[in-house]
Amino acid sequence: MIYDFFYNLTGSQILAYIIGSLLPLFAFILPFALVAVLLERKVSAHMQDRLGPMRVGYHGILQTVADILKLIQKEDIVASPNDKPLFNIAPVLVFAGSYTAFAAIPFTSAFIGSNIDLGIIFIIAITGLVVAGILMAGWASNNKYTLLGAMRSAAQIISYEIPTILVVLSLIMITGTASLNKLSEMQTGHFWHWMILGGPGLSLQKFILIPFMIIGFLIIYISTLAEVNRTPFDIPEAESELVSGYHTEYSGMKFAMFFLAEYANMFAVSAIVAALFLGGYQSPFGYLGNTFHLPWLIPIEQFFWFTFKGVFLVVVQMWLRWTLPRLRVDQLMAVCWKYLIPIAFVNLLIVGLITVL
Amino acid sequence: MAADIENKVTTTEKLKTEEMILNMGPQHPSTHGVLRLELELEGELILNVKPHIGYLHRCFEKHAEAMTYPQVIPYTDRMDYLASMYNEFGYAIAVEKLLDIKIPDRVEYIRVIMGELQRIASHLVALGTYGADIGAVTPFLFCFRDREKILSLFEMTCGARLLYNYIWVGGLSHDIHHDFLRLTKDFVDYFKPKIKELNDLLSYNKIFIERTANVGILPLDTAINYGITGPMLRASGLKWDLRKDDPYSIYDKFDFDIPVGDGRMGTVGDSWDRYFVRVLEMEQSLRIIEQAVAQIPEGDVTSAIPKRVKPVVGQVYSRVENPRGELGYFIISNGSVNPFRVKVRGPSFVNLAVINELCKGHLVADVITILGSIDIVLGEVDR
Amino acid sequence: MSQYFKNIWSAISTISIGMKVTFKHLFVPAVTIQYPDVKLELPERERNRLYVNMDDCIGCDQCSRACPVNCIEIETVKSLPEEDLGKTSNGKKKALWVTKFDIDIAKCCFCQLCVFPCPTECIYMTDVYEFSEFKRDNLIYDYATLSPEERVQKKLNYEKFEAQKAAEKAAAAAAAAAAKAKAQESKPATPESKPENKEPNAEKKEGKVEAKEPKSEGKTLNQENKTDKAESKPADNESKTDNQEDKTD
Repeated sequence: MIYDFFYNLTGSQILAYIIGSLLPLFAFILPFALVAVLLERKVSAHMQDRLGPMRVGYHGILQTVADILKLIQKEDIVASPNDKPLFNIAPVLVFAGSYTAFAAIPFTSAFIGSNIDLGIIFIIAITGLVVAGILMAGWASNNKYTLLGAMRSAAQIISYEIPTILVVLSLIMITGTASLNKLSEMQTGHFWHWMILGGPGLSLQKFILIPFMIIGFLIIYISTLAEVNRTPFDIPEAESELVSGYHTEYSGMKFAMFFLAEYANMFAVSAIVAALFLGGYQSPFGYLGNTFHLPWLIPIEQFFWFTFKGVFLVVVQMWLRWTLPRLRVDQLMAVCWKYLIPIAFVNLLIVGLITVL
Repeated sequence: MAADIENKVTTTEKLKTEEMILNMGPQHPSTHGVLRLELELEGELILNVKPHIGYLHRCFEKHAEAMTYPQVIPYTDRMDYLASMYNEFGYAIAVEKLLDIKIPDRVEYIRVIMGELQRIASHLVALGTYGADIGAVTPFLFCFRDREKILSLFEMTCGARLLYNYIWVGGLSHDIHHDFLRLTKDFVDYFKPKIKELNDLLSYNKIFIERTANVGILPLDTAINYGITGPMLRASGLKWDLRKDDPYSIYDKFDFDIPVGDGRMGTVGDSWDRYFVRVLEMEQSLRIIEQAVAQIPEGDVTSAIPKRVKPVVGQVYSRVENPRGELGYFIISNGSVNPFRVKVRGPSFVNLAVINELCKGHLVADVITILGSIDIVLGEVDR
Repeated sequence: MSQYFKNIWSAISTISIGMKVTFKHLFVPAVTIQYPDVKLELPERERNRLYVNMDDCIGCDQCSRACPVNCIEIETVKSLPEEDLGKTSNGKKKALWVTKFDIDIAKCCFCQLCVFPCPTECIYMTDVYEFSEFKRDNLIYDYATLSPEERVQKKLNYEKFEAQKAAEKAAAAAAAAAAKAKAQESKPATPESKPENKEPNAEKKEGKVEAKEPKSEGKTLNQENKTDKAESKPADNESKTDNQEDKTD
């Protein structure tokens, strides 16, 4: 719909495509990243009985703007033994990887970047690009600690994609579609039609599926937490561990890109989990636009609900970060391979059996 | 370009077959001070750990020879700066033994209250920083928030928050403030639920247990051979506390338990035991403070302070139970106003020696876990 | 196998308990204050920057001796008998011009040992803790109230006085010697010369008695300390010989 809107506005297909693809970036991700950094600092501060940034702007609202300005004007240090082409491309790849995932996420019913049928599979494949970027960053820094950190991070991301895919497979089995757009449309109505509560309709199958859907939700939430390197899985970026992380050698704007990419990634995975299990952009209570007979209000409401669910899951991620200690690398792998994957397999089998019977 | 890549590949292959020496340098966010640890690694396994100390050496023992006996007390403060009251306590007891003077009861009670409050404050730092090293940042801030209350109690009494110069030879520098006992009782009531909160948040957390249980197991015979004292020794299973086994001051009048590690989350003597013994010790210190506040007599705290401290010729060794172990002072006097020699047996110095035994066979990430559980203060290691 | 499920269960339960604790703390008001705008009220015994009330300082040097880091430097000049320096606030008469009273606050360890020996309580610790400077030399606080010219002047005055006294003494001694010589020549004259000799001494003694009173407390302690240090050295030797004897035994 938005594409048609721009096509009518500009009269050229290419321009409409370009604006349509840049729209999520500037209208949503960048403002969200700014807000998310501040939100994290404020949430962590209030959990620790303190106040967080208070000086810049009213109660510190403009803090991230000040941080970004500072990062932009810093000197861009590229040490001479570093592998220059890899060093420069790495942050771009990481950022591009996490941003491209937004192409297949439905923000509202009126706007989706790319309405392909393989939505989920596309997203999971694209996160492989992030791994390549991280490995490049670790190698090109010419530092044995960053190399170790990058390898650990790559191993972590690749291992935790498996439980994600298993849970997604179980969902595909129930609904028969891999496109996030169609999934969100299917969960229309009130909140008891959401996938976490068994899916649309009111059949017996739905009620039996509820516990397995909840387990699937938890598994996919934990695995996506590991994919974005958040505590308790943040060995690659921990400051107090021996290895200081794959983005130590970066300064200035490149560091800002890593930083932004992390928060964009956090929102992307939260949005995916919300779209899969919590109804995407659907409202839990029915639409005000329907009750007031204002059809143009509905996409705006949907956008609001989508953002609300995404931000809620991001806040839960932050909550977990400030409560839990860090897992050691071998324990991290043990959690993935010994706990999450067997449970996800069993879940998949049972869900498959239920849908068949 | 291809030649460069080939060279880099061959050099990394050469590195892999040897043992790698990794330096956890003096500047590191987790070594609790300026300590340099030289690790010999094979892959991720540790073969050898060599601590290099001396970055904070300030010649305390030599300074003490140039000062008069009361002037040494600000210097003793600065050795273990997180438990200053106990440093002064130990020194004052040693010199009072040399002088052979009797101190009023009120002074003894106040010294015990200050010492136990200081023990709680020191353990809070140890537990908070330990959690922060493992990755849980929130308990660190909670511990420091509680410690602020203790420091404001100290500030009300003697004017300083960290380095007090309060316990003098023969008495105290000031009597306590008239609000002090009431506020101490309030603090004890405030702090009991906070220990429970700390346990909920950190001690019984599964991830924390996974990180610390069965890591750095210290068998009891190794501990005794190395001369380990304090919570480390108690965590390995031995019930040895100088407050009960060699009582000084008036500790024999109070009723309290000695917590011992029992290996409930892993093995006896692992890092979780060392951590949890400190939590239990804080509870016992609260008991002592309650009893002392209830029993404290009236009196004059400055009456027994000698005008000029000039002990007889002789020597004395006296020891107290620091939050980190047995703090011993060996003072030789030659009859003048300056001590001839002051030798300090710092518990952190002795406890640090065992880190090689503890780290063998563990991964690199465990070094920080083990170092945090030993709880060293570099000021005491290097003096 | 049951360990497996126990692990999962304990992980979920302990993590939820931890999350509940942190959630509750979201609603607790902050315990911090916004520092430069709001400052903490410090207790009355707070130990921060030193202050010396020079009107009360008698120049006894006790604080300088008590300091463990030697951050106080005091130089005094004796006053002439006819000068009146005034009284301290507890009634003692001052007799020394304090020409130098430097406290290097950068060296000060804030231990409060200098506050206790002061007989007039003129040195004390205030609650000022924000006194950073751009140049390190600005941290040497000069408390003496005499201007530089006055300091030099006082010293010269005293030296002149001493020289005069010495001259008078020499003259008196010469006069005494002359009188003695005369007395030996004429014996009945001797009882007269002694009161002559004694008069100038008596004048000086009267002047000095007043000056000695406020100093006496300080000075005797000084002298005792000095003699102690002098004693300590032979005592050192004694103890060393004792140790050697013990070793030979």
